[in-house]
Amino acid sequence: MVGHSPPPFFKRGPAPLAKLVFFGLVSLALLVSDLNLRYLEAFRQGLSVLAYPMQMAAATPADFVRNASNYFSSLVRLQIENKELKSRQLQGAERMLRLEQLELENRHLRSLLEARERQPVKSVVAEIMYTAKDPFSRKVILDKGDQAGIAAGQAVVDESGVIGQITRVFPMQSELTLLTDKDQAIPVMIVRSGLRAVLFGSGNGLMELRYLAANADVQPGDKVVTSGLDGVFLAGLPVATVAKVERDQAQTFARIPCLPAAGVEQFSHVLVLGHRESLPPRPPEAEVINKGKGAKARKAKAAKE
Amino acid sequence: MQPTNRSSRILLPVKMWFVYLTLFIALFLNYIPTGHLPAVPDFVALVLAFWCVREPLKIGIGAGFAFGLLTDIGVGAALGQHAFAYVLLAYAANELSRRVLWFTPVEQALHVLPLLFMSQVVMVLVRLMAGAEFPGWWMFFGAFVAALLWIPLHYVLLLPQYQPVSRDENRPI
Repeated sequence: MVGHSPPPFFKRGPAPLAKLVFFGLVSLALLVSDLNLRYLEAFRQGLSVLAYPMQMAAATPADFVRNASNYFSSLVRLQIENKELKSRQLQGAERMLRLEQLELENRHLRSLLEARERQPVKSVVAEIMYTAKDPFSRKVILDKGDQAGIAAGQAVVDESGVIGQITRVFPMQSELTLLTDKDQAIPVMIVRSGLRAVLFGSGNGLMELRYLAANADVQPGDKVVTSGLDGVFLAGLPVATVAKVERDQAQTFARIPCLPAAGVEQFSHVLVLGHRESLPPRPPEAEVINKGKGAKARKAKAAKE
Repeated sequence: MQPTNRSSRILLPVKMWFVYLTLFIALFLNYIPTGHLPAVPDFVALVLAFWCVREPLKIGIGAGFAFGLLTDIGVGAALGQHAFAYVLLAYAANELSRRVLWFTPVEQALHVLPLLFMSQVVMVLVRLMAGAEFPGWWMFFGAFVAALLWIPLHYVLLLPQYQPVSRDENRPI
């Protein structure tokens, strides 16, 4: 070895194996605490300040590719699109007018019933910049973040339905987990039968209604909307359509794959809905007078649900 | 040091700032949002393996851990996923360096391929155990592409160490 400094024969630090064990254990500890306990968000935010300028610079080519298609799109196409949008807006305007009137009527009725008024939510329009590179999850990066008032947990919709939920917020961008991600769940209701269920991402671009009994009243083509029970999503946003129902008598639950209603895996502008009002607190459990009666009451309650 | 141990050409000693510069360039390439394009190589793993094989006394597990964490943050992976894979990769590459340097670049690439492949497998295993979806087999093609890139890399990354051959008319040897 030819070098200006002698090779560090004597100060080599700890043995390679010791280093391997140490760093291996540290990274495994990081993995567990990030994946299972989610302790490390502050640490991640801190380090992401370091990575952010580089990320921004690296995103430039993707930006360029995304904009290039717009740049080269012809005048004719834009005119056609413009005409289409105008006609769609007209169609929408009529419904908007009716909606306004209905909303007014609804508010009156609600005040008559002394029900809580639904607050209008503040929402932010954002654009999907690119798909996050992690191949194990389905996440996209939006071009607005903390500074635009986006917070973790907000629901994100496009023009035809819910597409996901904000999971991480950075100062200038935010990470949106799509509904088709395997870890993503959303409480829903089937419009036709009023059945409540939970919709999970199944990972292959579809979603799945889980924990519905094999004889539940579900048919292919049923519309699935948010139930609003979670206190995050507004009630009644379209989420998915039931694709098919596989009932197997050997299993307790039916297998029900669903197709997302919105363009979940498309690039477009999206609307980040503001936090809705918090739900009223859960009513206190009724006093159990004696054991037998309590069990019966619980059973009756379960049957009602 | 020589380009390979069989070569008779003497290289200049490596400059550590150049090593870190190349690692940061690789990190930048990893940050480019290619989405779920198949067969995109893991540049940091490749460059890290290269320097761990070339300079086992100067770069190793610690650098692997640090750049692994930076990669995790940039690509939105689980924190520690790349760090763990790179720690194993750096250790294996350091251990293998004495043997690998005797071979030609093509044979070196064949030696490094299993290491790169292993780092991908480790990442998949870790995430599958945590309950993520399987990303598909295309993910492993990245390791093969990276091994192919080893051959040009062997010249590009050593370029600053090549000194011009100055022939002395009076001393022909």
